[in-house]
Amino acid sequence: MASLEGVTQHLPAIIVAVPLLAALAVTALWWFSNKLCYPLSVGAGLIALAASAGLFQQVLSYGVVEYRLGGWPPPWGIVFRVDHLNSLILVAVALVSFLNLAGSRVAAEKEFQEKVGAFYALYLLFTTGLFGILITGDAFNLYVLLEIASLTGYALIGIGSGRASLSGLNYVFMGTIGATLYLFGVGCLYVITGSLNMVDIGAILPNLWPSKVIVLAFLLCLGGLFVKMALFPLHGWLPNAYTYSPSVVSSLVAPLTTKVMIYAMVRVTLTIFTFDFAFNKISLQVPLVWLAVLAIIVGSLMALSQQRLKKMLAFIVVAEVGYMVGGFWLGNRAGMSGAVLHIINDALMTLCVFMAAGALSFRTGDDRLTSLKGMFRKMPLTMGAMVLGGLSLIGVPPTCGFFSKWYLISGGIEAGHYGFVAALIISSLVNIVLFFRCFEIAYFEPFSGSAGHQSGPMEPDDRSSTVVEAPADMLITLLTAAVLLIVLGIFSGQIVTRVIHQVIPALTG
Amino acid sequence: MEAITTLIIAKYNYWAVILLIVIGLYAMIAKKNLVKKIIGMNIFQTAIILFYVSIGAKRGATLPIIVHAHGDAAHAIHAADYINPLPHVLMLTAIVVSVATLGVALALAMKIYFHYGTLEEDEIQKKIMDREPDKVATSGEHL
Amino acid sequence: METIDSIRPLIAILASLLVIPLIMVSRKAPNLREMWTLAGAGLKFLTIVSMLPLVLAGTRIECTLVEVLPGYGLELRVDALGMLFALVSSFLWIVTSVYSIGYMRSLDEHDQTRYFSFFALSLSATVGVAFSANLLTLYLFYEMLTLSTYPLVTHHQDREARSAGRKYLFFILGTSIGMILPAMLYIALKTGTLEFASQGIVKGRISPQATTLLVLLFVFGFAKAAVMPFHAWLPAAMVAPTPVSALLHAVAVVKVGVFSIVRMITGIFGTGWLAELQLSTLVCTLAALTIVISSLIALSQDGLKRRLAFSTIGQLSYIVLGVALLSKSGMVGGMLHIGMHAFGKITLFFCAGAIFVATGVTNVSQMVGIGRRLPLTMSAFFIGALSVIGLPPCGGFISKWHLVIGTVEANQYLMLGVLLVSSLLNAAYFLPIVYRAFFCTPAESMFPGPAAEAPTWCLVPPLLTAGLSIILFIYPQPFLRLARLAIQAISGG
Repeated sequence: MASLEGVTQHLPAIIVAVPLLAALAVTALWWFSNKLCYPLSVGAGLIALAASAGLFQQVLSYGVVEYRLGGWPPPWGIVFRVDHLNSLILVAVALVSFLNLAGSRVAAEKEFQEKVGAFYALYLLFTTGLFGILITGDAFNLYVLLEIASLTGYALIGIGSGRASLSGLNYVFMGTIGATLYLFGVGCLYVITGSLNMVDIGAILPNLWPSKVIVLAFLLCLGGLFVKMALFPLHGWLPNAYTYSPSVVSSLVAPLTTKVMIYAMVRVTLTIFTFDFAFNKISLQVPLVWLAVLAIIVGSLMALSQQRLKKMLAFIVVAEVGYMVGGFWLGNRAGMSGAVLHIINDALMTLCVFMAAGALSFRTGDDRLTSLKGMFRKMPLTMGAMVLGGLSLIGVPPTCGFFSKWYLISGGIEAGHYGFVAALIISSLVNIVLFFRCFEIAYFEPFSGSAGHQSGPMEPDDRSSTVVEAPADMLITLLTAAVLLIVLGIFSGQIVTRVIHQVIPALTG
Repeated sequence: MEAITTLIIAKYNYWAVILLIVIGLYAMIAKKNLVKKIIGMNIFQTAIILFYVSIGAKRGATLPIIVHAHGDAAHAIHAADYINPLPHVLMLTAIVVSVATLGVALALAMKIYFHYGTLEEDEIQKKIMDREPDKVATSGEHL
Repeated sequence: METIDSIRPLIAILASLLVIPLIMVSRKAPNLREMWTLAGAGLKFLTIVSMLPLVLAGTRIECTLVEVLPGYGLELRVDALGMLFALVSSFLWIVTSVYSIGYMRSLDEHDQTRYFSFFALSLSATVGVAFSANLLTLYLFYEMLTLSTYPLVTHHQDREARSAGRKYLFFILGTSIGMILPAMLYIALKTGTLEFASQGIVKGRISPQATTLLVLLFVFGFAKAAVMPFHAWLPAAMVAPTPVSALLHAVAVVKVGVFSIVRMITGIFGTGWLAELQLSTLVCTLAALTIVISSLIALSQDGLKRRLAFSTIGQLSYIVLGVALLSKSGMVGGMLHIGMHAFGKITLFFCAGAIFVATGVTNVSQMVGIGRRLPLTMSAFFIGALSVIGLPPCGGFISKWHLVIGTVEANQYLMLGVLLVSSLLNAAYFLPIVYRAFFCTPAESMFPGPAAEAPTWCLVPPLLTAGLSIILFIYPQPFLRLARLAIQAISGG
């Protein structure tokens, strides 16, 4: 029993350390055998998932968990600080990355061949970075972990062929600007507070309020994170990066990166700068919500004009970022709860649709919308998952997308911000068009040997026989994700009252 | 006028940082060559590193190396005598990050060069248009 | 009023949901597959019937599932109005299943497994709507119904089905997300509840202007009720196989639309509050316009199913009109009409399908003399037509009688005129079909030769529902009692 207790005490460290060490081990093992990389990575992913679930349980029963690295007390040492907010998102992120990892074997082997070890090492490092961002209580540490996640993200996207490297490099430029701006902001904070611990800074700042440096630091941090989360008009890097990367990568990066960055925004705003400062002392609220409205509208409209499935989904991600940013900056309980709930919901539904798109293009070798022809007959279960994901993005009950939209819209009505309400509804309607356009092609048009005029990697004659339901492990994880959309929807009431409301009123006062 | 001069001279480190940031951003936005962009990115990062380094400095202070052993109460330590080591330590990490970023960026640039045979952005765009026409006229779609 | 907790409403909903995997598994054995459908339908109907005595005794049956939003849960409740609707739709599902088997097999349709699966799913949603205890639950099942009927409407997967499917989604999903969702959220925020209460929940909490807007949002937003101008999906949806048109587009889907509107009027707004605001005339006018215009359009339709569709649009607005009159008899008539019209109209659709199966004819102009070939079918058609027109000895007369009295009670003499005129129009677009089917010279007749009816599975259901239409005239008590109970609950507090 004592040993078990020892383990549970160190859960925050385990979450970050296990994937990190596993990444190193994968790199080493890769020299001996390609085969071992996958089971090792999945094992690490599973441990991280279990640890995050355990941590979530701890937070639910005992409240905030603080883990001091090296035993140094804050504000001198670095602490991992886990409260209701990040433990919830931690579980979601661990779950999404685990599901995607578990279903990645066949596609990764096909995509990367002998480089598969590099892929898994990067994959684990990427999740390490994300876990770190979620768990850390130190502003500078956040920057480092941000860059760990980003650097591995650049590399993962760049592994792809064709335009992937160019889109990857564009992402490097934008991502570096974002991270460096954030670093600059943290520097400004350090200059005036002399502290890097988030809670500590949050306690010091109110005494220094008239200072313009705080405003500067706030703008820099926020601006940097906006670039990272691809908030319109800083979203330029995202669509191409997600479109041209290998599909196992886009189904990892697309659900998680933007969501974790939104968490970072919530954390930085509420813990470092505090609610009072962000919403009462400076008047950014209204312009930011309007920016989110624009993001939603532009993202939705751009998605309409796409002919590639993944690119269409990427623009939906841009719109979804607008949902969360807008909801958060409404500044009321419903809107902020909706934004936080949408972080986890959107992570899962984006995972579901991107995995489905990955499974489809794995079989058809193409991601143009025209390649969907006849897919309801060829790959019924994959399309079924796609339908559930689509319905969730549209916001049809009882999928989880409906419930976060419910909170977001009620937040909008409560705040009297009808522009935001209208944008949400318009985007739902556009999503109907987007998804049912795909479903129509897949449902009404008979499967044709060659999709479009560019034939895929396979010969047209081969296609009819090779285009069958996705491989079992891919399918199982995909269907799990799809079913979770409904499960999450049904439990969203619990999640909001038992978890999210613990954070939102405490922080908003 | 005097006031502005003092503002510039007294806070010259900030002005240098801002200048470097602007140069870096300019290169990243305006240059067409990918390697020049990467250089610009590095300048941009270095500017922030210098910013941190400069805020740790104090006039007349020395390196924070304490020669006495612990428990020797003869000398109280005056923080003002030593420069602040923390920003410098932080920047060790930031330098590592920036080197890693540079590495990834260069690797990607190499890949791009192998693929397209050039590092000029406009030429690459042209090749993309020729090679993989993204704006496919969809075959017989009613939508 | 006594209230008991029971999972029986849940069983009634799940009965058809749970047979879907069985249907799918036995896709290779059509007989077994159809047996599952019938078993699900039977179980559903029996579960609902088992609750009938309780409901007639004035008991409410409740079942709370899960609280999905703080303060708003998924809750089921069986009351008289819901019972009436669930009874009709679950009974007619059995009949339609039998008919479907005959129809689909005679025509050798493709993807029958998909067809029966989604049919079962849409029935779950229908009964779910009937038993919803609050607006959120109703919305959930409403959307579920929309999506589960999409593959049925577009069953043929051709160009026509595609454009019909698009229209269907545009009108129904578009309105429910664009109008119902914001209206529901607004009510939830202003009142803090979405529960259907006997006196409504908005009185005193939402301003009269906002109430007017909300009423309009709901009347138009529940586009399944096909109140003009949101009706265009219904004629388009006639591309579906006839059993789908029969059950879904004469009973389940469209009635879900009007049922939802009735729930809004009685449970959310409250009849008292609407009467105070004098919104009755507004809704009645919308319904009256729909009735008259759709009847006129129906006159000019040559496609039999399209003519029936426009007739349905008009008949649905009868129900809206009746309830919006807010007079006792009017509301009884409206609620009764949910059941009475269902039996009449489904007979007509069954006949249209039987005609198609037996002769391949779909247009009215080609049906001269068809009564000699299909005497039984056309007799059933005649009875169905009488019921929809509202003539004795058919059930439709009872509901229309109450509607007429309702207009007098409410002093809406204009509406009385509308009802009478539209009855004449109904007669004008139905009776010539029957007349020309039987009474023509042998030379005019397009169908020489002896009588040759459609296969038994296609023939028995219309005869059965036609017979029931007559029985409902003689013995309307079950529906009448339920409707009166529903009114009692509203007025009695």
